[in-house]
Amino acid sequence: MAKYSLNVNGVQREVDVDPTTPVLWVLRDHLDLVGTKYGCGIAQCGACTVHLNDTAVRSCQLPVSAVGNQALTTIEGLSEHGDHPVQQAWIEKDVPQCGYCQAGQIMSASALLKSNPNPSDEEIDAVMHGNICRCGTYTRIKAAIKTAANS
Amino acid sequence: MAIAKIAYGRRAFIKNVAYGGGGMMIGFSWLASCELSPEQVKKMPKEWFTINGYLKIGENGLVTIQSPNPEIGQNVKTSMPMIVAEELDTDWDHVIVEQAPLNTDLFKRQLAGGSQSIRQGWQSLRMAGATARQMLILAAAQTWEVPASEITTAAGMIYHEASGKKTDYGAMASIAATIPVPEEVELKEVKDFKIIGTSRKNVDGSKIVTGKPLFGIDYKKEAMLTAMVVHPPAFGLKLKSMDDSPIKNMPGIRAVFPIQTHVEGYNIGAFDMNAFNDLAVIVGDSTWEVMQAKKALQVTWEDTTDQVLNMDMFGRKMDVRFPAGKENTSTHQQIMETMGAKKAKTVRKDGNPDAAFRNASKIIERSYSCPFLAHNTMEPMNFFADVTEDQATLVGPIQTPEIMERSVSNRLGIPVEKIDIQMTRMGGGFGRRLYGHFLTEAAVISQQMKAPVKLIYSREDDMTQGTYRPAYHAYYRAALDADNNLIGFHVRAGGIPESPLAANRFPAGAIDNYWAEEWTVDSNITVGAFRAPRSNFIAGAEQAFLDEVAEAAGKDPIEFRLSLLDKAKQQPVGDNNDYDAARYAGVLELVKEKAHTNNDPNVFRGIAAYFCHNSYVANVLDMVMEKGKPVVQKVYCAIDCGIVVNPDAATNLAEGGVVDGIGHAMYSAITFNNGVPEQNNFDKYRLIRHDEAPKEIEVHFVKNEIDPTGLGEPPFPPIMGALANALYRATGRRHYNQPFITDKPLMG
Repeated sequence: MAKYSLNVNGVQREVDVDPTTPVLWVLRDHLDLVGTKYGCGIAQCGACTVHLNDTAVRSCQLPVSAVGNQALTTIEGLSEHGDHPVQQAWIEKDVPQCGYCQAGQIMSASALLKSNPNPSDEEIDAVMHGNICRCGTYTRIKAAIKTAANS
Repeated sequence: MAIAKIAYGRRAFIKNVAYGGGGMMIGFSWLASCELSPEQVKKMPKEWFTINGYLKIGENGLVTIQSPNPEIGQNVKTSMPMIVAEELDTDWDHVIVEQAPLNTDLFKRQLAGGSQSIRQGWQSLRMAGATARQMLILAAAQTWEVPASEITTAAGMIYHEASGKKTDYGAMASIAATIPVPEEVELKEVKDFKIIGTSRKNVDGSKIVTGKPLFGIDYKKEAMLTAMVVHPPAFGLKLKSMDDSPIKNMPGIRAVFPIQTHVEGYNIGAFDMNAFNDLAVIVGDSTWEVMQAKKALQVTWEDTTDQVLNMDMFGRKMDVRFPAGKENTSTHQQIMETMGAKKAKTVRKDGNPDAAFRNASKIIERSYSCPFLAHNTMEPMNFFADVTEDQATLVGPIQTPEIMERSVSNRLGIPVEKIDIQMTRMGGGFGRRLYGHFLTEAAVISQQMKAPVKLIYSREDDMTQGTYRPAYHAYYRAALDADNNLIGFHVRAGGIPESPLAANRFPAGAIDNYWAEEWTVDSNITVGAFRAPRSNFIAGAEQAFLDEVAEAAGKDPIEFRLSLLDKAKQQPVGDNNDYDAARYAGVLELVKEKAHTNNDPNVFRGIAAYFCHNSYVANVLDMVMEKGKPVVQKVYCAIDCGIVVNPDAATNLAEGGVVDGIGHAMYSAITFNNGVPEQNNFDKYRLIRHDEAPKEIEVHFVKNEIDPTGLGEPPFPPIMGALANALYRATGRRHYNQPFITDKPLMG
């Protein structure tokens, strides 16, 4: 076990966990931030996507010991009032069906738009390829990303 | 105006058996912690008045509506309350929705499955709203001393035109709560609907996009432990012994022990189905610690013997066989080909098929197959259980809470009244969570630990434990006469371990000489209902076959189907046909109109239509070739599911069905090597991804006033046929074996 001080959603949080513990489980089990979802544990589904600084990463593959002083942002911290343009676009397009993968989709999409404010269809596909939606809301997700890009 | 007697869920309308008059609902402490925003709290009434089991009204006119059924992503948590609100005649903005508690006295069929929630809830949901509206009218009549018949309502307001009096529902709620429940109520005419038929956003939408704890896997309780199970690595194996010494002293590990999910003598029901009854259990403080211990646990397995389970299949006792041995996909394929080539059990025979085939000028013969599939809900199986000496609280994702309540009561030896199952939003269902063994496992673990426990399956546990979509096979034969009329049709379908045949569906009834046979072969690989069970294979096979028959007959694929349906309408063969030929033709006509004629030589079009789960769906799938690869450019989907409650959400569900169908037909499979599932996570199990989805999907609904018939499943099966047919036109190859991505073309 080891103590870590993590910058999560702009707040320093202390945890005492095994250094190999993935950020996913630190968030879910130790910090009560369960918006970040477990889907596969091997970085194949994207449900656990968070931002490390401004980059989308799969938190199931990111050991807590590797975070250091870098800023972690989860779905709970993407915006203060749930009004990030991507979140708003998701509501406008009424994207979710079951909703389980959507936090990861939103975190991937918001990181994409930060680095590329007007992505082409191909650029959206290339980034979003890593996020599985089992309900098949892909066409709505793409529409919502374009709505957010235009807002 | 329709007058309807209250016949559905009568007890739901008797006050005081519902949750207490004032106060919020109990339970869901963790999940409810984020239920309301500060703004919403400000709007909350000081007092709630319970009108019936479905709804309560605050003194300020706010209405809380209980959504009785489990939410798996089919959006019933929004659409079921919409139906109540419609008949209540309130404004949708005045409505708060809550997931109802499991209460079989109050609510009928609290189950998510068979595309039945809206269909079977339709009457009772309307009654709930209409009786409440009537009680509010009676309350106003009493207060104003005017005849109730002169009172009207609109958007949560009550009016008496003659006297000019008006008030709102909130002001009358306390009196309405004291009014006897009316014996009869008026239901609205469809033309007067103001909420049903309009698009309303998902009531959980803002919680979903902000990551609020909505799902079972998110549930927490103080002092809760985390449990995981270890099941055999192969079908045909069972737990023999385990050595906990390498892990019992690992950090955060509390206990390691075996459990039996069902014990000797238990009357196993259809939804208790599990492949691995004896499990190794690891309980610890955190998920990661338990996962580490799981890797290090030493388990010895042994071969199973032939098993016969006398199961209670929906009230009918049936012997279900699970033969010993470790099965292989290559053997399954051989078995299916062999079975498809020999005589099976005749289920239906019309006319004289033998003669038709003898006299045919042209015979077309084809076989189709599909693999086992895992449901792969994005939220893996999990459940929270807190079992004490005399009661149990269970919280999590389950499609069959009322069935599992009895099951777990039996297993724990705790009366059903002392079992509280709370329904969470589910991260997908697709049929997987009809089978609640994981709930029972969690309960057994909690009972043994004497502590609250959350059981979580890893993705690998989830994907390799069975409950799969069966592997199916269908052999088809069609006879054409010299004028290319379809004079004979033969289908022989089967599967491991279940047949996909629906002998009385189209084209039965449309062909004079028709023969349907079926077969099954036992397996120790467990199967379960998977979105549109059986239809999810047979629709695609049949629609791909009909495409070839139309081609051989030199006919347009839509016109060919329409002419068969015309025959089924005018002179149906047999009297057991379980579809409505006019509605079937209706969706084909609609999709034909919407998709227009395809005049682009670079667009390759596939057609399919199917009827299942009481609804009709027709597809046109347009494919283009990009860099030598087939790409689905656009899908047109025409649906007749009766009245559409929430059009945009229904469109979303249909779009999902299309994507899901293309994905599974194209990419997905569970294969077996020596009993071991060869895919255990998303690196090996291929699910459709963003870039593989259609670029555009257009959904159209047939407008009619038929009571809703169901939508979760019907859009899923036919698209597989449309895909196969478009692939043929785009690539020149017909695909017979799913997944098409690995199919070896047999011809073309």
